[in-house]
Amino acid sequence: KEKMLVNSLPLLIFSLSSFQTKSKKTLARPNVKNIVLVEGVRTPFLLSGTTYSDLMPHDLARAALQGLLHRTAIPKDVVDYIIYGTVIQEVKTSNVAREAALGAGFSDKIPSHTVTMACISSNQAMTSAVGLIAAGQCDAVVAGGVEFMSDVPIRHSRKMRKTMLSLNKAKTLGQRLSLLGSIRLAHLSPELPAVAEFSTSETMGHSADRLAAAFGVSRVEQDEFALRSHSLAKKAQDAGLLQDVISFKVPGRDIVSQDNGIRPSSMEQMAKLKPAFIKPHGTVTAANSSFLTDGASAVLIMSEEKALAMGYKPKAYLRDFVYVSQDPKDQLLLGPTYGTPKVLERAGLTMSDIDVFEFHEAFAGQIMANLKAMDSDWFAQTYMGRKSKVGTPPMDKFNLWGGSLSLGHPFGATGCRLVTTVAHRLQKEGGQYGLVAACAAGGQVSDTHSPQMVFQQS
Amino acid sequence: MMMVPPRTHVSYELKDDVAVIRLNDPTSKVNTLSVQMQAELTEVMGEVWSNGAVKSAVFISTKPGCFIAGADINMIQACKSSEEVTSLSREGQKMFEKIEKSPIPIVAAINGSCLGGGLEFAIACQYRVATKSRKTILGTPEVMLGLLPGAGGTQRLPKMVGLPGAFDMMLTGRNIRADKAKKMGLVHQLVDPLGPGLKPAEERTIEYLEEVAVGVAKGIANKKVSLTKEKGFMQKLQDTVMGLGPVRKQIYKTVSDKVQKQTKGLYPAPVKIIESIQAGVEQGGEAGYVAEATNFGKLAMTSESRALIGLYQGQVICKKNHYGTPEKEVKKLAILGAGLMGAGIAQVSVDKGLTTILKDTAVDGISRGEQQVYKGLNDKVKKKALTSFARDTILSNLSAQLDYSSFKSADMVIEAVFEDINIKHKVLKEVEAVIPPHCIFASNTSALPIKDIAAASKRPEKVIGMHYFSPVDKMQLLEIITTDKTSKDTTASAVSVGLKQGKIIIVVGDGPGFYTTRCLAPMLAEAVRVLQEGVGPKRLDALTTSFGFPVGAATLADEVGIDVAAHVAEDLGKAFGSRFGGGNVDVLKTMVEKGFKGRKSGKGCYIYGKGKKDKSVNPDAEEILKKYKLAAHPAISTDSDIQYRLVSRFVNEAVLCLQENILRNPVEGDIGAVFGLGFPPCLGGPFRFVDSFGAERLVGIMKRFEDIYGNQFTPCQLLLDHAKNPSKKFHK
Repeated sequence: KEKMLVNSLPLLIFSLSSFQTKSKKTLARPNVKNIVLVEGVRTPFLLSGTTYSDLMPHDLARAALQGLLHRTAIPKDVVDYIIYGTVIQEVKTSNVAREAALGAGFSDKIPSHTVTMACISSNQAMTSAVGLIAAGQCDAVVAGGVEFMSDVPIRHSRKMRKTMLSLNKAKTLGQRLSLLGSIRLAHLSPELPAVAEFSTSETMGHSADRLAAAFGVSRVEQDEFALRSHSLAKKAQDAGLLQDVISFKVPGRDIVSQDNGIRPSSMEQMAKLKPAFIKPHGTVTAANSSFLTDGASAVLIMSEEKALAMGYKPKAYLRDFVYVSQDPKDQLLLGPTYGTPKVLERAGLTMSDIDVFEFHEAFAGQIMANLKAMDSDWFAQTYMGRKSKVGTPPMDKFNLWGGSLSLGHPFGATGCRLVTTVAHRLQKEGGQYGLVAACAAGGQVSDTHSPQMVFQQS
Repeated sequence: MMMVPPRTHVSYELKDDVAVIRLNDPTSKVNTLSVQMQAELTEVMGEVWSNGAVKSAVFISTKPGCFIAGADINMIQACKSSEEVTSLSREGQKMFEKIEKSPIPIVAAINGSCLGGGLEFAIACQYRVATKSRKTILGTPEVMLGLLPGAGGTQRLPKMVGLPGAFDMMLTGRNIRADKAKKMGLVHQLVDPLGPGLKPAEERTIEYLEEVAVGVAKGIANKKVSLTKEKGFMQKLQDTVMGLGPVRKQIYKTVSDKVQKQTKGLYPAPVKIIESIQAGVEQGGEAGYVAEATNFGKLAMTSESRALIGLYQGQVICKKNHYGTPEKEVKKLAILGAGLMGAGIAQVSVDKGLTTILKDTAVDGISRGEQQVYKGLNDKVKKKALTSFARDTILSNLSAQLDYSSFKSADMVIEAVFEDINIKHKVLKEVEAVIPPHCIFASNTSALPIKDIAAASKRPEKVIGMHYFSPVDKMQLLEIITTDKTSKDTTASAVSVGLKQGKIIIVVGDGPGFYTTRCLAPMLAEAVRVLQEGVGPKRLDALTTSFGFPVGAATLADEVGIDVAAHVAEDLGKAFGSRFGGGNVDVLKTMVEKGFKGRKSGKGCYIYGKGKKDKSVNPDAEEILKKYKLAAHPAISTDSDIQYRLVSRFVNEAVLCLQENILRNPVEGDIGAVFGLGFPPCLGGPFRFVDSFGAERLVGIMKRFEDIYGNQFTPCQLLLDHAKNPSKKFHK
């Protein structure tokens, strides 16, 4: 059996210094530096093709970085390193971290690099930052993510590219004319970014529909979950809870200050939609999937020592993380199920210790499938080598301020949103530990990844 | 009151107003339309139809990987006359007619093989949903058994997929995957196979298929799902064109001509299939059904059908390991020699998950070998049978190298080096110095006795012969040769590897030329004599192909390689003496000297151009033949005589191999001859040929030849025994 293992799941454990209400243990480890989240911001997440449509990816990333600078008032030369995550790369700015950092006014002496890991690209940026600090390389790192789906690189066909490259080398007019003459109609058909998993040629939506079917998730269950996400997001937005959102003056347009994809509908309206991927009997629709989104996020991560020395009041500790991967065909989106128990075990916690859960909602069907997998002894025994089931997070602690289905999902940027949201929820709800989980489910990307994070208040 | 036995094959339950009818034959790995299955189906359908609460029905198999694999061949074999078979066919037709005219809509939910009678059953239903699983295949393989789809298939398929599509399906018998079936209009809807969920993947997939099918059945019953499909422009155009009588007439003619050309009139089934389709299309339903049933009856009684069914059943036997499970599974295979053979063996190994080392002595060699493996896989990518990603992961199983490093972890070594006993001994010793004790040494020799090779071994119980046929990825046969010293576990291991590589396997005793090469050698010797007597390569090819050989004797010699043929002729000539004489070996040797080694050198009996079919007779080879010219004996040189001179020597040698216990049984003899050497499939192999042709008649013919050529045509004792006693048959 060929089982490709390409899935990962990082988990961070945060603890908040200001709340000491519960007498839970600290997750600090001897001889390991305490690493803290100082601040997290994001641009409003917009449906692609709307207000951001004339920008470039680094513009969005720049806006997030400037927002972070503004919020933290950190001197521009204190930051040691900048890391950004992105999925669909604009070829002109392939190291988008560097272009955005320079444009945001950071010192040109700060090295920056860009990482990619499908929908957990910014999780990878954050865990890389944690690694740099833990290794003693840096004290303050900015991590972030950006995705811009309003414009994607569409290439000439391979045949055309080959002809054009040969044209460069052609020496005589005759050679050039003969190359030009070789161009046929077929040369002109463009090549779109792959909308499918490279290894299996399956689109993410198709995979999610199969996953939902495999776990017997009904259309109604999916619609209900999507509706919940939109309703909770609307409530959070109206209540002003989404404090990580910064206002962004879009050149040539108005100031944008809130997400525009939150649209609570009704079960009746949602039931009218036709399946988007598997026709005619599929269950995944446009309404119960995350939509194509433009957006960027950024967080400031520091060693606790440095943060305190600079007078910051950290939002949370980042202790630990786990990456896992699975078969990209049939378990593409099951990362949270595999990662959650691993990260809890590493941290010495159990499911009931967690006060705040933030799971990335790629598809309602994928979330429901994960919840069912976590609730199944058979699945745990057969596929995870566990004695019993993982257990499911209680819904009254789960994604209470909406999720990717409603807030939007700019692939490269979602990870930072999840982490910042957990920190903010812990503060607001007075919890001590939080857990983040996500599977890499970019509509246009490869891989099967799942990042997860637990937050602790100490 | 009579006790009604409980139903074991068919069960059903109501899901709302849908009757879900589940098929599962508990006595077999596959579902077939056996007597029991049919009886229970009829009974269940009676109950369903008489239940007013049932508005629609779904047929589904609960057996993994199989809907219905076809009719039960035993049912047909048990019939004594064509009339009996015809009435079987009529019964089947009637049963499916009832399904077709069902008052409630019936949905066939297909997962796994849906073949022959199974497909005829499915196409009688009103709607078909199929899983996209790789195991889901639809087709009408009857033609490969010398039969035709005898339960309405020849009548319904043309209406469903059009005349050209129907001809293609029924005349080639090829398997059609679900997505292709959807495009052809054979199924209405596809369902994706699911991964694991709260149950094992396949179990859940079948459940899901049922859920979707039940939904569709309800939809049809309340008119939300339409049964008529909107036809596309091309479809409408095709229908209009097919509506024209002269166009159809031209199609029948074209198809008949093509069939005649390809079968040389040796296979009656394709002709009868065309007849039956034509009867239905031109004279209407009833005439078509009668023609189908009558032709089915006739075909079932032909020797060709018996031969083909025999081969099918033999093949099933030869795809099993009769030597038990090997103590240690072979996971790492090393191949010595990256030539055509070595690389071919690597190609059929890497894609089965065997870690494979390809070792050669030169960089050029491994480069060529690796390219061969890559090309074999990449051709599949081009045909979309494989993704480029799968190709790459498969290739990661292959490592090409010049030395013996990592042989210490090999479980089996197959040598495919030059056919020279000294070289074989040299590599055997080198290999034995580095491999672990459990590792098996297999030789892919085509003629050298394995015991001679094993003579240099410290552990002869681990030495075995594995004779592959070229091209390895196309030829299905593997001939495994055991010596007196080869252990049973070594044999089990070799068979297990061969089966994994997808081979049909015969296990034979050791001796010069084993079984296959030994049968082929006298026939080739005779072919050389025939050429020397002035029959040109083209005529020789025509004579052999019209007898049913897929490749003519002259072309076969070029394919095998004139140098190999010369080598074998000389070696076996030494071993068996004048009985293996006939043509002059010097003809072959002279050709080799001049560089005419066959296709691989571009010249042999023929000159080969760039295209596959581009070949013309090699005038220089004809010159050589003239130099060695022999006078033909007019008494035994008619076309038919020449054919029997070639075939009788082949057959006699095969029977002698059974007599001398080189062969364990006639089944393996037939399978080896057909799948390894291209013995005419319509004759079913040398042993079935003797049975149906008559040993006495064959002996009679051979005696005529013996009078002139001597011992090369002396029938062996076992053949004489059969000639004396006509009740003696190789096959029951």
